[in-house]
Amino acid sequence: MSDSILYSVILLALLGTVAALVLYVVSKKFYVYEDPLIATVEDLLPGANCAGCGSPGCRSFAEKLVGSEDISDLFCPVGGNEVMNLVAGALGKEVKEQDPTVAVIRCQGGCDVRPKTTEYQGPRSCAISSLIYSGETDCQFGCLGDGDCVEVCKFDAMYMDEATGLPVVITDKCTSCGMCVDACPRNIIEMRPKHKRDLKIFVGCLNEEKGGIARKACSVACIGCSKCLDVCPKEAISMENNLAYIDPELCTLCRKCVDVCPTHSIIETNFPPRKKKNVEPEVTIKVEPVKPQNNA
Amino acid sequence: MLRTFPKGGIHPPENKLTSSKPIKRLPVPKVVYVPISQHIGIPAEIIVDRKDKVEIGQVIAKSGGFVSSNIHAPVAGTVTKLDKIVDTRGYKQQCIVIRTDQKDETNFEQVDLPLLEEFDLEPQEILQRISDFGIVGLGGATFPSHVKLNIKEGKNLDCLIINGVECEPYLTADHRLMLEKGEEILVGIRILMHALHVDRAIIGIENNKRDAIDNFKKLASNDPGIQIAALKVKYPQGGEKQLVRALLKREVPKNGLPLDVGVVVHNVGTIFAIYQAVQHNRPLMERVVTVTGKKLENPSNFWVRIGTPISDLIDAAGGIPEDTRKIVSGGPMMGRALKNTDVPVTKGTSGILVISGGEANRGAPKNCIRCGECVDVCPMGLEPHLLMNLAEKGMYEKAAQEDILTCIECGSCSYVCPSHRPLLDYIRFGKTIAKQLESNKG
Repeated sequence: MSDSILYSVILLALLGTVAALVLYVVSKKFYVYEDPLIATVEDLLPGANCAGCGSPGCRSFAEKLVGSEDISDLFCPVGGNEVMNLVAGALGKEVKEQDPTVAVIRCQGGCDVRPKTTEYQGPRSCAISSLIYSGETDCQFGCLGDGDCVEVCKFDAMYMDEATGLPVVITDKCTSCGMCVDACPRNIIEMRPKHKRDLKIFVGCLNEEKGGIARKACSVACIGCSKCLDVCPKEAISMENNLAYIDPELCTLCRKCVDVCPTHSIIETNFPPRKKKNVEPEVTIKVEPVKPQNNA
Repeated sequence: MLRTFPKGGIHPPENKLTSSKPIKRLPVPKVVYVPISQHIGIPAEIIVDRKDKVEIGQVIAKSGGFVSSNIHAPVAGTVTKLDKIVDTRGYKQQCIVIRTDQKDETNFEQVDLPLLEEFDLEPQEILQRISDFGIVGLGGATFPSHVKLNIKEGKNLDCLIINGVECEPYLTADHRLMLEKGEEILVGIRILMHALHVDRAIIGIENNKRDAIDNFKKLASNDPGIQIAALKVKYPQGGEKQLVRALLKREVPKNGLPLDVGVVVHNVGTIFAIYQAVQHNRPLMERVVTVTGKKLENPSNFWVRIGTPISDLIDAAGGIPEDTRKIVSGGPMMGRALKNTDVPVTKGTSGILVISGGEANRGAPKNCIRCGECVDVCPMGLEPHLLMNLAEKGMYEKAAQEDILTCIECGSCSYVCPSHRPLLDYIRFGKTIAKQLESNKG
């Protein structure tokens, strides 16, 4: 009886010793040095793994930050300047301050202004329907309304407005990671600087058709009339393929172009209401609402 | 026992409403819209300008590379503009707009040419003509024919297969052509056999076109090199790989071409176009189009100039019926629903199908019930339900491993699915991404 206890104790002790030796040898032989800074930096990053920085995840971004000499080109859009300054402090390197950006939807073609001419019965996915055909309306540039952008947003910063059938960005939640920009097959979503109080002016249309055709497909389309070009004091607006584009770097938010646009395709957001000058009826411009609809 | 391919396949209702209607010649339209990309490959380059006068059959856009094709003026007239017009997908494409010259008699002269049986051209000259006269595969894929006929050294070609299957429901363009132009097609086959140095050709025709089979048997009775094979009616027998398997019991390797097993396949329409190019120096500027639909007043087969707006064809067949829900370019299985009827007829337009009422609806997709019907009918031996799932979940590399790229997009899986799942939509999407990934890798 006592023998068997003794034998098993000896056997287990031997086994344990051998295993410990093997483990010791292996850990010495295959030791990989890892910079402890990587873990420190990774802890500072938001940990969203959204790939907005260009790296597949926060860990690999941390490795990149620690590994590269000059990190002024690297930026975490989710953490913003705050996190990047912390990272710079931890690493003793220089970072460049960047203006915070936010996603904007460059299409206002809701159901009321852009009539449907066909009916789509395939899978509700922009990627698939854009492969099959040019969409339910006559505009081949605008939003397809199947919500691929909402699907990929990891921060719940987008939802589909049921009234218009267009996606809406909740600017407070948007981290400008850029997932929606990549997901949109029509390239409608753009990252634009947030400015103070989230003031933005941009052209809410991508239609490159000639004026008449564009207008026929959608009543708020950019018709390429160049009125905004003439009125802009800073030459921030360029016109290409019958489509205006406002350079956010040059724009001073003077709102002159918004006033002259005959189709109201230039969008202004979060500006205070204007002082009334004449009795012209107030232009209804969609301002992004901040509260999401209850459709989760 | 009739021959057919062993794996999968379906038998949708044939609905060949126009099989007994002779091909009529549609009046030449006042204006034609000729897209510069009517074939698979690089778009042709425009070589005419606004206000240029063009002769009928003149080259107006030159082949942009090896896998490309010349485009010829289908009418004599004046180029009014170089504009963009919607294609079958609804996207704008570059096209050449030509206003027909009403006084030019060549536009309206009798276009039926006499049968010309003798030919004494060298093989190289024949291939050159096929390339110059813009011949592309008229079965629907519009692959430039001279590329197919350019046999690389080391390939052992021993058989030419003529595809007269026309397995798509409703369409009868090839059927009528085989009945009315049988002799010309046989000459075309002899020309190709001469050009390719083969002494064996098989015409594959499905058994629902008995009259065409009998017609060819009678005409080719004294030519031992040309065989006529009746095939069991089964969709998608018109697919190259299926047809080769059915006729010769040879399996085309996946990602391979029929040429890998010593075969070249051409559609009967292409053969007729080749006959006209070689014997009459006539470029490809018109084709047979079936305009059909159950509610259509007068479904017909037409000879149509390339570039004729589809609305003209529907008007000639009696106009759009009241409760039309969908107009499809091509057959009901592989065709594309049109966004509007301004779309012009191109080299690949084999039919216009007008679908009315509830038949146009797809049915709301429900959950997969794992019945395996899609696996049973897939002619390529794939698992469509799995491929759809992989494409939906973004697992494109796994889908590529499961041979998503060998899918021929015949739509049999979507047709039989009792849950109306959009199998082909997702598979097509997965294919696009898988192809991109592959080309990024290579």
